[in-house]
Amino acid sequence: MELLDKLTILADAAKYDAACTSSGVKRRYQKGRVGNTASTINGCCHSFSADGRCITLLKVLMTNCCIYDCKYCINRRSNDIRRATFTPRELAELTIGFFRRNYIEGLFLSSGVLKNADYTTEHMIEALSLLRNEYRFNGYIHAKTIPGTAPELIRQLGLLADRLSVNIELPSSQALSRLCPEKSKQAIFAPMKQIAHSVQENRHDLIHYRHTPKFAPAGQSTQMIIGATPESDRHILHLSQGLYQKYRLKRVFYSAYIPVVEHTLLPSRDTKPPLLREHRLYQADWLLRFYGFTAEELLDDAHPNFDPNLDPKCSWALQHLEQFPVEVCSADYEMLLRVPGIGTVSARRILFVRRNCRLTFEILKKLRIVLKRAQYFITCNGKMAEGLRFNETSLRRSLLALEAKELPAENAQQLSLFDHTE
Amino acid sequence: MAWTELCYEYDGSFNGLLCCIFDSYTRRETPVSIRTAEQGQLSLKPVHTVETVASHAKRITKSLQARTPRALPLIQKAYLTCLPDKELYIYRLVQKLYREGPSFLKNPTDPVVYPLHTAVRHLAGELEKLRGFIRFSEFDGIYAAEIEPKNRVLPALRSHFCSRFADQPFLIYDRTHREILLYANGRWKISPLDSFTMARPGKTEAAYRKLWKTFYDTIAIRERNNPRCQRTHLPLRYRAVMTEFQNESFFQSKEESASAPSDMRHLIAGTDQ
Repeated sequence: MELLDKLTILADAAKYDAACTSSGVKRRYQKGRVGNTASTINGCCHSFSADGRCITLLKVLMTNCCIYDCKYCINRRSNDIRRATFTPRELAELTIGFFRRNYIEGLFLSSGVLKNADYTTEHMIEALSLLRNEYRFNGYIHAKTIPGTAPELIRQLGLLADRLSVNIELPSSQALSRLCPEKSKQAIFAPMKQIAHSVQENRHDLIHYRHTPKFAPAGQSTQMIIGATPESDRHILHLSQGLYQKYRLKRVFYSAYIPVVEHTLLPSRDTKPPLLREHRLYQADWLLRFYGFTAEELLDDAHPNFDPNLDPKCSWALQHLEQFPVEVCSADYEMLLRVPGIGTVSARRILFVRRNCRLTFEILKKLRIVLKRAQYFITCNGKMAEGLRFNETSLRRSLLALEAKELPAENAQQLSLFDHTE
Repeated sequence: MAWTELCYEYDGSFNGLLCCIFDSYTRRETPVSIRTAEQGQLSLKPVHTVETVASHAKRITKSLQARTPRALPLIQKAYLTCLPDKELYIYRLVQKLYREGPSFLKNPTDPVVYPLHTAVRHLAGELEKLRGFIRFSEFDGIYAAEIEPKNRVLPALRSHFCSRFADQPFLIYDRTHREILLYANGRWKISPLDSFTMARPGKTEAAYRKLWKTFYDTIAIRERNNPRCQRTHLPLRYRAVMTEFQNESFFQSKEESASAPSDMRHLIAGTDQ
């Protein structure tokens, strides 16, 4: 089979993996090695595909042959598709060739399961060590661990890769046992636990012995599918929060379920992927990681799901109007972050500038702080923005109108003068 | 007594700009415009041609550094931006620094700092995009790329690419500013170059272009198609020189085109001097 065909098949099979980041690690120039990672810790996007997602890494599967038969997966063994497998050398050549042309930041290697988990992982390790040792590649590598792999192999994989990930795929063990009966919750969490432990241990070792080989220096991430099973947003967000706290995950990715197969246990073929729900979950995820929110604050028993028409922070603010308005000239960082429309960058900018000059709304605009949402929730020197009149109902309506502009056409509701939004 | 008002003309280099500042203080003049000879003067005021003297530039550098570590990096970056009349804005910043001391530099909304700060942010944004969007093509072991940036990005992009591709000779041609960055064996050079045409790709190169284009098209999920989001992150103006947005002829190899690689070899050899 031609390399071009293999690449088509194996990239097509890998595209449903959401993770494509090259962040969290600094690989500096090393003599005799090819590449570094972007000078900022935030990674580097090399292109954006037609769906608007960033392309940072060469995202492919080692093979799309699989012994498992997970119902939602395009690569399950009962699906009649073309199968292909990269040889380790083909993959290493391709990665280096792409990297030298600045197409990519590195490699994202995942795989279908060939024979068994250990055999597949050995195959992946072979490709990665070829890339690292023979081709002297010093770019970013993200490797996927396959549930059920032996701990020793995971250790080897972690020494070659920058980031490891184990996909938990479905947000509950009931869903897991229904849709992929061959995988168990235990088999998924065991490697996650091991990686978390090893990363922690490695960090400790590095303090004492400078030349300790680094184990997955960019940590680990995971992914789950949204909308294939009936879990609520609240359930999912609590799960993510647990993962961040317990396993110190760098990222949890949410992937809106795209119906690739007809099955009685799954949503029908013509279901649209729940993209807006995915978007809201990502927004909430950011609130957990960077804004000091907890899952309990954002959703409770009375509201198990996010309002699709309003972002989670605005929803929260509307339910906690007693905490607003916030005085930007004196509020602390944590409180500034709670204002809808003010993010970490804006908040830090406010803190820096207000030490050196007196803030006004003019100055906030000059600092590029977007006031269209924030203006309803802040005061500057005790005053609200000039000419702003609103009450609780009209506030909600204004926020909805702002949000409606950014929603895709089918989700946006037509607002009318006679609309009574509560 | 008010200082005389004059138009300054300099050679366009950073040191030349510092010499404008030097001359203005030693000659007790206020420039109302600072431009390069090519830009031409559109003023009735008399013109003074500033001579670039390394020792003068050094004195300005030293005096800036003695006042604050913030000023010089800001000025250096601002010098690379596409802000119209950036020289005058830089001059005013230095003037204010000498007059009032460095504390105003901590306030990005200060009327003197604000235009420069905004321009530098624009530069930083463009740099971040270009670090990812530059596409190299290989010709006999030399990697070549073309860009069309708004700001003069080459001096700021240099260190990233030189450390990333330390073992491969490469060049990046800036079409907007007619400049070329050349790198080979740990040495680099940025020099003006009036025109540059990329050769037709060889067999391997064409194959890689095809592989990348295929990968690019395959990785998009059809059900999630979102051109607006794509355009936000990857504005149309970058696409002219990106492999994945070229038409079919770009992906066809032409074995007989052997002249261009040797031209480039000649350019690379120039870095050793």
